[in-house]
Amino acid sequence: MCVLAHVLEDAGIATVVLASMRPVAERMSVPRVLYCEFPLGRPLGMPDNAQFQHGVLGAAFDLLNAPSGPVLVDYPEVVEAVEMPLACALPPRYDPDIAPSIDEAQGLRAAYDRAVARRGATEVGRAVDADGVIEALADLERVAAGEHWKEVYGPRLDTIAIAHDIRAYYQEAALELAGGPPPGARQAEAWFYEETEAGKTLAAARDALTEQEAPSGITFYMQPVGR
Amino acid sequence: MSSDQVMRDMMANLPVPEFESTPWASPPPLSEATVALVTSAGLHRADQERFEGRGDISYRMLDRGDRELILGHWSSNFDRAAYVSDHNVVYPIDRLEERAADGTIGAVAPRHVAFAGNQPDTVSEVRLDTGPAAAAELRADGVDVAILTPV
Repeated sequence: MCVLAHVLEDAGIATVVLASMRPVAERMSVPRVLYCEFPLGRPLGMPDNAQFQHGVLGAAFDLLNAPSGPVLVDYPEVVEAVEMPLACALPPRYDPDIAPSIDEAQGLRAAYDRAVARRGATEVGRAVDADGVIEALADLERVAAGEHWKEVYGPRLDTIAIAHDIRAYYQEAALELAGGPPPGARQAEAWFYEETEAGKTLAAARDALTEQEAPSGITFYMQPVGR
Repeated sequence: MSSDQVMRDMMANLPVPEFESTPWASPPPLSEATVALVTSAGLHRADQERFEGRGDISYRMLDRGDRELILGHWSSNFDRAAYVSDHNVVYPIDRLEERAADGTIGAVAPRHVAFAGNQPDTVSEVRLDTGPAAAAELRADGVDVAILTPV
C-alpha cells in the first residue's frame, strides 16, 4: 500500500493510506497516512456500520487539506478483535461410518447454499468448489492419519488454497446460521479452529505435513499465526 | 497476545523499501475531485483471473458498479469474515457513492484498482511496472484522489 502511494503521487494522484501497520507507514515516507488501529482485514473498522465507516472516510478526506507532508494522523477510535468463538451450533453426528469432519461438512451444506444465494457470491473456489470441500477433507484426513502427502496429492502441494476453501465454506455457513450482526474480528476464525471437526482435521494435517518436512512456506500459511 | 498484535510485531521489523523523499500531489477541492479506491485486498470479479499465492504483481480494474467481489489476498492472517458480511469494510464503494450524492466529493471514479498485498519482497515490480500502469489507467479516467485500503 505504501509503495503504491508513492507511485500514485508520482503520477499526480493525491493519496491517503488507511494504514494498519504504523511502523511500516512511518518508515516509508508516505505522503498522507491515517493510522487505524482496527483488526486486520477491516480497514474501515466495522462491517454493517455506515456511520463508523463514514467517520473513517471523513478523517481520511481531512488529510487532503494539509498544505504539505508527510502527514501521519492516528484515528482516535480503536477497535479490538474478539477472540471468543462465534456462537454457532454444529450439525449433530449423522453418519457414524464416515469421518466426523466429512459428516459435519455435509451437515453445513444447506446453510452454505443459503449464504451464497443471499450474497450472490462465495469465497470458496480457489482450489475446490463447495462439492470439492468433502473430497478435500477426505484427503486431509488421510494426511492427518499418516499417509505421505505425495501419495495423497502427487507432486504439487496446494494445501494453502485448500485450507482457504474449507475455512471459507465453514465461515460462510456459520455467518448464515448465527444470524444477527456480524461477529467481532477473529470470532469466526476461533469457531472454525477451536470448535469444528474440520478445523481439528486441518490442524492435524498441518502437523503431519510439518513432520513430513513438506515445504514450510506452504504449511505456514495453512493457518493463521498462533494457531 | 492477539493474532493481530503478533502480525503487527512481525511486520514492524521487516525490511521495507526506502524512499529518500515524499512525493506530493496537490488535489483540487474535494467537492470537485474524482475519487478512486485502491486496495491491496486482491479483489476481483468472478469472471476475472484469480490472484496467485506467491508474489503476485498484477492488478485488476474494478468497475464502479461491481459488487460482491471475491477477496483474493492469499494470507490467512487477517479476519476474512467481515468482508463477507459487508464489502464496505474493505472496499467502501457504497460509502463513496453516498459522499458523491451529498456533494462531499466531486465524483466516484468509473474504475477502481485491486492489487494483492502478497507481493515479492523487493516490491520492485509494483513500483516500476504494474503500479505505474494502474496509476496511468486511473489518470486516464480523470482520477484526482485515491483512498488506499489494505487488509
